Amino acid sequence: MSKVNQNKIKVLQLQAEKIRHKVVEIVYASKGGHIGGSLSSVDIETALYFHIMNIDPKNPNMENRDRFILSKGHSVEALYSVLAAKGFIDQSLLETYGHYNSELAGHPTRKTPGIELNSGALGHGLSVGIGMAMAAKMDQNSYKTFVLMGDGEQGEGSIYEAAMSGSHYKLDNIVAIIDRNKLQISGMTEDVMSLEPIRGRWEAFGWEVIDMEGNDMNDIVKTFENLDYTNAKPKLIIAHTTKGMGISFMEKKAKWHHGVPSIEQFNEATVEIEARIKSLNEQQS
Amino acid sequence: MSTEDKNTIPCRKMFTDTLVELAKKDRDIVAVTTDARGSVTLDRFANELPAQFVELGIAEQNAVGVAAGLVSAGKKAFVCGPACFYVARSLEQVKVDVAYSGNPVKILGVSGGVSYGSLGFSHHSLHDIAVLRTFPGMHIVLPCDIQQTKKLVEELVDYPFPVYIRVGRNAVPTIYNEKTIEFKIGKANLLLEGDDLTIIGTGETVYHCLEAGKRLHEQGIKARVIDMHTLKPFDKEIVEKAARETGKIITVEEHSIYGGLGGAVAEIVAQDTPVPMRILGIPDEFSIHGKPLEIFNHYGIDAEGIFKTAVLMFNA
Repeated sequence: MSKVNQNKIKVLQLQAEKIRHKVVEIVYASKGGHIGGSLSSVDIETALYFHIMNIDPKNPNMENRDRFILSKGHSVEALYSVLAAKGFIDQSLLETYGHYNSELAGHPTRKTPGIELNSGALGHGLSVGIGMAMAAKMDQNSYKTFVLMGDGEQGEGSIYEAAMSGSHYKLDNIVAIIDRNKLQISGMTEDVMSLEPIRGRWEAFGWEVIDMEGNDMNDIVKTFENLDYTNAKPKLIIAHTTKGMGISFMEKKAKWHHGVPSIEQFNEATVEIEARIKSLNEQQS
Repeated sequence: MSTEDKNTIPCRKMFTDTLVELAKKDRDIVAVTTDARGSVTLDRFANELPAQFVELGIAEQNAVGVAAGLVSAGKKAFVCGPACFYVARSLEQVKVDVAYSGNPVKILGVSGGVSYGSLGFSHHSLHDIAVLRTFPGMHIVLPCDIQQTKKLVEELVDYPFPVYIRVGRNAVPTIYNEKTIEFKIGKANLLLEGDDLTIIGTGETVYHCLEAGKRLHEQGIKARVIDMHTLKPFDKEIVEKAARETGKIITVEEHSIYGGLGGAVAEIVAQDTPVPMRILGIPDEFSIHGKPLEIFNHYGIDAEGIFKTAVLMFNA
């Protein structure tokens, strides 16, 4: 990868760490939220909003914008923090999260600029994304639709109805991503309800399946940049991630699905993230 | 006003024929269905406008979600199939992707109520009004004949709210005159003047209400008859006026007696203008099997049953 790209990666990594910090802050301040799945998805959303997607925070309803749907709506703290960092919403709005009559609900709503779908009930986002991708084909628009799903979410049968229609209509302009952090609220996905072989299942549905290291910015950028939007196949990226990524005591622990840090834990998390931010800043200067 | 019994066109057919003509001029109109092009009578749409037709197979949840996505991206999507499935199997998609997300999808539920007759309770939709009334922003219309259906479709195309439309399976008598019909979503129609009592119907029961009303007038009972085609937004004024001026109200619906037209009327009159009411509909039981009109007769929501209830109420 070129030097320019490496610089871009560092910028994205730095942005992701700042967003990670914001996620921990708003969960701590509001005493609620879904921190584990937010942290596992931060890097993917950062890459999409800061590098891959054609979007304009000043014109959130721009006609040919790329669409992003957070189907795993409970990880909304990451999305709100990304939207604030990108300028879709004011940073101060994040401070209202979880408070009385806040504009920011505990799951995404279209009241928030930049959000395309009210989600929260699992298994809905892919169908809506299929509709958007279909409309793009009908109107010969070039925009792409990205749908981020959870791995636990894969238990919802409606996803497979959507999967059938994606390949039937040869929607090569939709990219579904599974945040494969391997944990859901009750434990390991493979213990709760086994999902493997995810690749084989989605390939059988006619999707092009791509593995990606979902917390490795190099691999995320490379994967998204190399997607083929002309092969008549919808795309499914299995993003291998770590639940609670970046806060060592939260990583790979189901209890941090929607755990709230104590003051000591919040401080510990802050120290850990700030150390990485300092290191990334030094690498850039 | 003419009561024409010879109509052979079902409302679903009038709906889709009207939609085809509108869709030829407006390429953003899209019809979405779930292996129900025959039931809905969408064959013509599919054949003449294949680029605006989306078949999704037997997958109602996906169909409603896809329709929401299409609308979100600027299309005017009509998702069409049996009422019993769209307001049960895909109810969460209607709630979240359509209503909550503010996507003005038009959901056409065909063969609603007890239209499927002998096919049984799995195919009856007698809960749809009650459930959908509780979704903020969701509008609900039950047209009573082909003329009203035609007017409705014309208004729906650019209507900025999500709407659930329920029509029956069989052809029903025509109530409105093509030239003089007036129709506006949310504004009920007064079909028969009278001050002794009021009969309010919706959808296919409107014809029976009107027939009963005419018989009552012949007996000297001046029944007022109202066509409440829109269940939401609800025409509160016409109900309050009827309560004040006639003092008795009978509601008639092809729906559970819980939470539908009768419930909506009761919510209004009980608060401001309390009057005696009779709520005619399907009681709290799994509806009997039979032809739709036999079922109407069984539960007293045909002209004969309404007439009897009205006489008893008038004399009470």
